[in-house]
Amino acid sequence: MDIEKTDIEDIRRNVEEICAPWEGRPGNLIMILHQIQNRYSYVPRRISFEVAKRLSIPLARIYEVITFYNYFKLEPPGKNIVSVCMGTACYLKGAPSLVERLGQELGIKPGESTRDKNFYLQVVRCLGCCGLAPVLTVGQKVYSNVRPEQVPGILAEYRQGAVV
Amino acid sequence: MNRDELKKMRDEASAREKKTWIRVGMATCGVAAGAQETFFALREELKKQKLAVELKKCGCVGRCSAEPLVEVAVEGMPTVFYRHLTKDKVPQLVESHFLKKTVLRDQAVPLEDPKQLRIVLRNCGVVDPDSIRDYIARDGYAALAKVLAEMTPEQVIEEVKKSGLRGRGGAGFPTGLKWDLTRKVPSDQKYVICNGDEGDPGAYMDRGVLEGDPHSVIEGMMIAGYAIGADKGFFYIRAEYPLAVERIEKAIKQCHANKLLGQNIMGSAFSFDLEVRLGAGAFVCGEETALIASIEGRRGYPHPRPPYPSVKGLWDKPTCINNVETLANLPPILAKGAAWFSGIGMDKSKGTKVFAVTGKVKNSGLVEVPMGTTLRDIVYAICGGAAGGKKVKAVQTGGPSGGVIPEQYFDTPVGYENLQSLGSIMGSGGMIVMDEDDSMVDITKFYLGFCVDESCGKCAPCRVGGTQMLRILNRISAGDGEPADLEKLRDISLAMQKASLCGLGQTAPNPVLSTLRYFEPEYRALIKTPASSGK
Repeated sequence: MDIEKTDIEDIRRNVEEICAPWEGRPGNLIMILHQIQNRYSYVPRRISFEVAKRLSIPLARIYEVITFYNYFKLEPPGKNIVSVCMGTACYLKGAPSLVERLGQELGIKPGESTRDKNFYLQVVRCLGCCGLAPVLTVGQKVYSNVRPEQVPGILAEYRQGAVV
Repeated sequence: MNRDELKKMRDEASAREKKTWIRVGMATCGVAAGAQETFFALREELKKQKLAVELKKCGCVGRCSAEPLVEVAVEGMPTVFYRHLTKDKVPQLVESHFLKKTVLRDQAVPLEDPKQLRIVLRNCGVVDPDSIRDYIARDGYAALAKVLAEMTPEQVIEEVKKSGLRGRGGAGFPTGLKWDLTRKVPSDQKYVICNGDEGDPGAYMDRGVLEGDPHSVIEGMMIAGYAIGADKGFFYIRAEYPLAVERIEKAIKQCHANKLLGQNIMGSAFSFDLEVRLGAGAFVCGEETALIASIEGRRGYPHPRPPYPSVKGLWDKPTCINNVETLANLPPILAKGAAWFSGIGMDKSKGTKVFAVTGKVKNSGLVEVPMGTTLRDIVYAICGGAAGGKKVKAVQTGGPSGGVIPEQYFDTPVGYENLQSLGSIMGSGGMIVMDEDDSMVDITKFYLGFCVDESCGKCAPCRVGGTQMLRILNRISAGDGEPADLEKLRDISLAMQKASLCGLGQTAPNPVLSTLRYFEPEYRALIKTPASSGK
């Protein structure tokens, strides 16, 4: 779904759907942003414009919040989000070498997407699976006790045309 | 629901309990290891063999390194835990344990541990977190019923004061005193907040409780609300814990359906409601005033205290913020009395503490021990010491706000004051075991880098001090350090401790100071001295 080409009425309908249940509830902005990101996988600028209008708040209020919190993304991430846990246990058990290997294999740095938009690489705060360290996730799937040499095999499962 | 109906529901639920059952640990760690697949495979296999066995999901038992972990009970046989029970091992398990009634010795793991005492984790790994009936069958909401029927708010506060319970989020402020302060401020509206923004890397005790026993935290919230005079509570939970959020939301719905939340709870004058708000990946939001700003929908900037949240908190109303583990302690304290609780633990640290023991340790997972248990017992007796035949060098407690404790101090009994005198803190319960291969300078860089990333930037000591210290540490580990650098680190640390606005900046230097205190030679070894560079 390319948000830039989406019909404005369609956008307004989506914004209405997300905002309506939070009508008049104080402190609702962050919860609304969460739902936008759940739906679009990031917070698109065109949506933010409509949310500002809908909630009668300045656009700057929205961007002030988005840019403070790590969780919110301003750019659409690649299709498969690869997250490497960088909690202390994962760090001690080799998470940095996983990031390095992933970077080599994908040709990108954390926070970037591959050119074909198939992968997005990120380093995340503790996922709380420390007993399985080091841990990485691709989408919802969790890979535990990962060694760098397993990285190419894991990525292959998500390459275009891969048989899953 | 009134007290009699609750009792009836409890009796019915416990009468229905089966003697033959299987429980699959399905918290985040279990699911990550494949517990969901194990669960489905078990269901299929039981159907195939036409066995009438109750199959249940539950929270985390605590032995994360053994996941997927399955507990099996057959009438006339002792209950057994099976470790690493992936779906392919299911047919073998069913055949051996249920058809032949023989325990699969090599998969079985003993989990009974006389050194542990489960108060907070009493239901984790036992009840189905999605079932309010399970919780009620284990005397859930009985403490609330007792409080509402028999005690005034002042009596509740007095009881919690007498119990000696202190905040489990890290600082160890007496819970009863916090409640008393909030209660005494006159206001038309007050709030209770559950701080579930468990941000310390390597710590997941609160996730374990929220996912494994959500109703105990809700009951704790309600008791807190009654005590301080609040009719509204908020859960503030990390967005990175989707399963915890889902289970709390479900539990709240169940409470509504059973009239345990809403107007005139259990026929009393007490009305209370709960709502969930999500964090969005900002460590500083674990700090009370920043957390409040976040619930209000703003940037999570802390503000100077006083005024304390107990006077002026959420939307400027008196607010009491308690940590997940603190809240889960409350139902047993009110049910069994302050004397019972204060009989556990040591002088100024009462009750138990849950630790997430991780890192280079053999059996990592959640352990709950009475305060006063030695670090040696936790690391060696309970968790089996270092993995792979290595030697344990130190443990790190308190995360980015804490410090390291070298092996020679492991006979110290765990308590708030004891850990502080060793230059660390109790913290929320993260305990990272480090072995002889781990560099202290490196781990310090990790923690400091974390705090630099997470500094909100509002005050200069934290924003500038952290960055400068990290620069010095990078220089040292690259081999370009100077002897004067260590003094500089100490000076900047002092400035940050004294002048930072909130807890994040005040405690960020702790990992630096504690590693310098015990492992200065490791720093010196990396610094070129005039003598060595002259060679």
